[in-house]
Amino acid sequence: MTPSESSSADGLPSQPSGVASTDHARTNSGAPLHASRLVRADDTQPPPDADCVLSSRIRLARNLLGFHFVNKASPPMLSDIVHRVQSARFGGPFAGGVRWVNVQATAPADRLLLFERNLISRPFVEAQHPRGVAISSDESASVMVNEEDHLRLQMLAPGLQLVALAERMFALDAELEHSLEFAFHPRFGYLTACPTNVGTGIRVSAMLHLPALRLLEELDKVQRAAKDLHLAVRGFHGEGTDALGDFFQVSNQVTLGRSEIDIVEEFNSVIVPRFIAYERAARRALLERDAASLDDRIYRALGILRTCRLLTLDEAIKFLSRLRLGAATGRLTEVPLALIDRLLLEVQPAHLARTTGCELGADRAARAEFVRRSLR
Amino acid sequence: MQRLCDCCSNPATVHETLVENGVKTEVHLCAEHAVERGLIVPGPHGPALVVAKLLQGQLSAQQPARRAVKTCPTCGSSMQSIREAGLAGCPLCYRHFEEELGSLINRAQGGASVHVGRHPAHAAELVDRAALRNKLARELREAVSREEYERAAKIRDRLQALGGQASDAFAESDSTIAGEHEGEAQP
Repeated sequence: MTPSESSSADGLPSQPSGVASTDHARTNSGAPLHASRLVRADDTQPPPDADCVLSSRIRLARNLLGFHFVNKASPPMLSDIVHRVQSARFGGPFAGGVRWVNVQATAPADRLLLFERNLISRPFVEAQHPRGVAISSDESASVMVNEEDHLRLQMLAPGLQLVALAERMFALDAELEHSLEFAFHPRFGYLTACPTNVGTGIRVSAMLHLPALRLLEELDKVQRAAKDLHLAVRGFHGEGTDALGDFFQVSNQVTLGRSEIDIVEEFNSVIVPRFIAYERAARRALLERDAASLDDRIYRALGILRTCRLLTLDEAIKFLSRLRLGAATGRLTEVPLALIDRLLLEVQPAHLARTTGCELGADRAARAEFVRRSLR
Repeated sequence: MQRLCDCCSNPATVHETLVENGVKTEVHLCAEHAVERGLIVPGPHGPALVVAKLLQGQLSAQQPARRAVKTCPTCGSSMQSIREAGLAGCPLCYRHFEEELGSLINRAQGGASVHVGRHPAHAAELVDRAALRNKLARELREAVSREEYERAAKIRDRLQALGGQASDAFAESDSTIAGEHEGEAQP
């Protein structure tokens, strides 16, 4: 597939290879994967707490009874699991249609594209065994089949809106349960391949943007709070990835002994707001201390992004993070937050390769040109 | 020089010091005369015992005795393989290694040991039964600690009527996996 064939009219990536839609939830299989659900149209209301929270995510781990876990299952058994889940009834966020991607048969660049869009995990990109992912038509939900667990149900939304996400997630879980029998133990709850995920099997996370805390060298505050609250702190793309720029993902680790809704509500109304409060206080302190320095930092970043000729991914994230701080604090009004968030996605290697036709990994010039054009 | 039996000219294999009425005497007897005097009980002893055990396959002269490793009959995982991989092999591992995994989970989950929250509709009865069992188990422990044995016996009977052993009550669980089908897992 040439880049021109694979790009839709708006320059966004079109359907990856290996895509099929199911009969019972028909979708326009020719439709492109549109701009991520993490990106809003510029004129819509900003999502809650978007100044400090890039996105919210909920994941549920489920396994089918009568099958070995993925790490012990044979390839035929894994294929059987994929077929069973494909013939299950999806509901909730999938009401608008289910798009199935046979990940094993998908080209590496397309797998990477799904990963950058947070629809699949890093291990899922690189695995060799039979596996697939179901993606909802609005890309707010995905179900990975044969990741570490047979099913990993995932929902994403921009900003901080975990309670609303949880309600839709439970609707999906309940619908799937009509056609699939999940392994469950009265003491341990939902059974997962990794014994530390049993119980609710829920992972609630928020991608935080904490540039002011980093500037004030107060990130240890975040680390300490995370430790006290039994949270995991991870990088830009979740588990096994490094922090990029000023973005940190925090997520719960305790999955047993508390109900899903308790975990979600505490995370949404106590835990994440605590980090938001730290960051907002740090932003105020920066402005009170030396607003000119902060403005200089923001506008120099804008200058570089508007004029550079070569741009690595790390640099792009670093300078976009400064623009984001400017837009979120109102110091920078000419670049909307929504555009910055869209660029954070579109400067990633697979997106850039798809949009500009550049070679994966040899993309510094293409990234610079793409960003220059976008910020013109 | 080898000592001979006190009673015959065979080599002595049993050497005993006997104390009778404060008088010490040494006796040296062959196996036959030792049995006759009641100093050893007939049966496989010494080399004969080794031969008997070898015949029964209980002992190998070359190998130390092997300890049986507990494995999950469904997927073949052992606790060691689960620890090494950080992953269980199948849902039924949680039943076969309930105790071991229970303490591991307890540590990882900051002390929590019993699930609270959503459950599949098909497990509703199990969840209700487990909740009742947990409640009765608590009452049983209370009754025992207060030495109210009559009440404890009644609670024990109710627990037994729910299925399972009353002694299980102290494990605070009902180790059934919802809707499990033992034979269904494929190789």
